[in-house]
Amino acid sequence: MDTQTIVSMLNTALRAATPITLGALCGIFSERSGVVNIGIEGMMLMSAFTGFMTNVYTSGAGWADFPRFTASILVAVLTGALSGALHAVLSVRFKVDQIISGTVINILALGMTGYFYVQGAITAGRLPQIAIPLLSDIPILGPVLFRNGPILYTTLILVVAVHILLFHTVWGLRTRAIGEHPRAADTLGINVHRMQFINVITGGAIAGLAGAFLTLEAVGNFERGMTTGRGFIALALMIFGKWTPFGAFGAALLYGFAVALQNQLQFWGVTIPHQFIGMIPYILTLIVLAGFVGRARPPAHVGRPYEVE
Amino acid sequence: MEREIVLEAKGITKRFPGVLANDNVNLTLYKGEILALLGENGAGKSTLMNIIYGLYHRDAGTIILKGREVNFASPREAIHNGIGMVHQHFQLIPVMTVAENVMLGSEVTRGYGLLDVEKAAKQVRELSRQYGLEVDPDALVEDLPVGIQQRVEIIKALYRKADILILDEPTAVLTPQEVRELFKIMRDLASQGVSIIFITHKLKEVLEVADRIVVMRNGHVVGETSPQESTESSLAAMMVGREVLLRVHKEPAKPGEVVLEVSGLTAYDDRGSKAIDGVSFKVRAGEVLGIAGVQGNGQTELVETLTGLRKPHNGRVTVKGKDLTGASPRKVTRAGTAHVPEDRQKYGMVAAYTVADNLVLNTYYAPPFSSSGMVNHKAIEEHARRLVKEFDIRTPSIFTSGGSLSGGNQQKMVVAREFGRKIDLLIAAQPTRGLDVGSIEFIHQRIIEERDAGVAVLLVSAELDEIMSLSDRIAVMYKGQIVATVDASKVTREQLGLLMAGVTEGVLEPEVTAVI
Ligand SMILES: Nc1ncnc2c1ncn2[C@@H]1O[C@H](COP(=O)(O)OP(=O)(O)OP(=O)(O)O)[C@@H](O)[C@H]1O
Ligand SMILES: [Mg+2]
Repeated sequence: MDTQTIVSMLNTALRAATPITLGALCGIFSERSGVVNIGIEGMMLMSAFTGFMTNVYTSGAGWADFPRFTASILVAVLTGALSGALHAVLSVRFKVDQIISGTVINILALGMTGYFYVQGAITAGRLPQIAIPLLSDIPILGPVLFRNGPILYTTLILVVAVHILLFHTVWGLRTRAIGEHPRAADTLGINVHRMQFINVITGGAIAGLAGAFLTLEAVGNFERGMTTGRGFIALALMIFGKWTPFGAFGAALLYGFAVALQNQLQFWGVTIPHQFIGMIPYILTLIVLAGFVGRARPPAHVGRPYEVE
Repeated sequence: MEREIVLEAKGITKRFPGVLANDNVNLTLYKGEILALLGENGAGKSTLMNIIYGLYHRDAGTIILKGREVNFASPREAIHNGIGMVHQHFQLIPVMTVAENVMLGSEVTRGYGLLDVEKAAKQVRELSRQYGLEVDPDALVEDLPVGIQQRVEIIKALYRKADILILDEPTAVLTPQEVRELFKIMRDLASQGVSIIFITHKLKEVLEVADRIVVMRNGHVVGETSPQESTESSLAAMMVGREVLLRVHKEPAKPGEVVLEVSGLTAYDDRGSKAIDGVSFKVRAGEVLGIAGVQGNGQTELVETLTGLRKPHNGRVTVKGKDLTGASPRKVTRAGTAHVPEDRQKYGMVAAYTVADNLVLNTYYAPPFSSSGMVNHKAIEEHARRLVKEFDIRTPSIFTSGGSLSGGNQQKMVVAREFGRKIDLLIAAQPTRGLDVGSIEFIHQRIIEERDAGVAVLLVSAELDEIMSLSDRIAVMYKGQIVATVDASKVTREQLGLLMAGVTEGVLEPEVTAVI
């Protein structure tokens, strides 16, 4: 394999890992605070759609690039946050079963985006790649890491930021505490439900960013059901990553690498039915992670509503 | 001089489904005093304290704090107003370190919301040195034995510098030395003006440390007295409403064949260090072998290894000649062993299950409770009704969730389940933890009855009194080893105390030593 191929594979891996990583970060926020979130898929899909439509309208109105992209990303993130708020209201405030609440979001997302989707909408283009001066000239690493879009860069920063937030701040300590033993946190004056609300909504906003990545940075277009299960993969990789940002990112990279491998095999014209090649990312991820990562222990109180008194 | 009132609860009423937990309760707390709150299991002590702490909401009544009427919506406000509470059931997060648990909610930061774990650990270390409560700030709570977890809870309250301190049964799992230390801390704090409400079932402690005593029964305050004008038996009578035997009557044991035989048993604790180190002993049918020792010397791990909760590293365990080394808990149960675990909430019950279901946790799969994979609810309910009556478990119904019972009644539920069937071996760790005097009398009698019926009893307890009055022989554990086995009728408290501290040279006259 030449350098060119390696660079392109690694870059594909990183890009494939980006929405998954964001989805997993959404899951981490939610589950660390004790709320199961299987609605990541729906949150991503809705945000991908609203972000895209904002891009379509602002393009039509002739906005300049910067305000156009800012507005589109903002709308996507806001959509994610709103769907997070819906999940929080249902599962924390009204104590609807958290799985059902998440499923509601997934179904809602499929239905709404399907209904409002119009074919043939055009935009003035997607987010530009930004080459970081100097760094992007490093051989191999430069083109892989430092010639990417803004949401990908943001994701890398977020992985570190969420790690610090979760394990080195007051906020993180309290979040982990309510996911493990809400009663104990309550006796120390921590408002369990309020913390859960804020965490689930923040997670939703990050899922919104994942949606924005799909339609504004990676593809530049919207298709029905275009998240194709990424939200669920994110959830699985979050578990494999033991509910930690670095763990989830590592798992997502592995998945991304398998995607790159799959593309490359197809490109080389390997004569296996493409459905089988399409399975590679999932199977490889499963084998590696199930085989090499030990048993993960979820937050002890995840999935159960906390009843005051 | 008129004493200053810091806290006044008036007409507090609290109803739970099926129970009136507090019925028009009045309580006054003066500045700098130690007020002991006594009462039977289920009398409503914890409920009242939780209301004062803002964790429960009262149905009626007023609370006046330092002259101002307050209405706490949550513990946060209580904490802000200087109220601290050590809860009857530990409120600790197992997967976090001691330091993290201590600072949670009142964190030490280096600004910008960033935690300063080192500084927190340092503060914990200072507190533990200052008050003689030894604990490693970096240890994970889940690795600690209950006695040390209790210390963590006390440190948590001290760290928050409350001027009203509620201690709900803090001594239930402490050793005598630790209790003495705690009393010293309480007296120090009181002399600095801190007001303390102290709940306990140990009447000796009340007489030793309290300035004033309030007794509750059935949701009411039934009386007030002082240590000067009361004795253990007068307090017991006031609590229970009848005379209570404070010592068990028992005939000398008639030991039969060996039931439990342990030889060369070695096991590691969760952190990988040797917790029990070549332990050997025998327990015969019809005798009680007590295991004495300061908490954390391997008793917990010994019981866990014998009951299938921990894998042994070396050695052999047989019950009635059957090899049960490393057997699963189910196998151990089936071999006729009953186990009263030291941590009832973790290993003894399922809080969300009903009382009825909790009472068959060890036998639900066998007839009459199940046949061909189907559960027989009628049999389970009959069984539950019988045990609730026999063991006087105070619960609104057998369908109430186990977790909503008062602490002592949860304990009775666990004991009832374990004693409620035919057994050959009873392994009981802190069997009367958190029980009122009346219930202790009852459980002690039951243990002796079991013994006299030919059951071999292994009793582990941090209560020296309990060990001395129930045991026929006593084995003393120190650093994972049995350092001496003595005849319970001949040994003295002082000798046991020395042995527990690891001093063996010249402590015992030869006739005190019992054969294994
Ligand atoms: N959260 C709850 N839900 C329902 N009932 C409860 C709850 N907490 C307490 N109760 C009931 O209220 C009554 C008083 O319980 P409480 O825990 O105050 O007793 P206590 O005096 O602390 O007893 P103990 O000495 O056994 O701890 C009991 O009948 C108990 O079953
Ligand atoms: Mg209580």
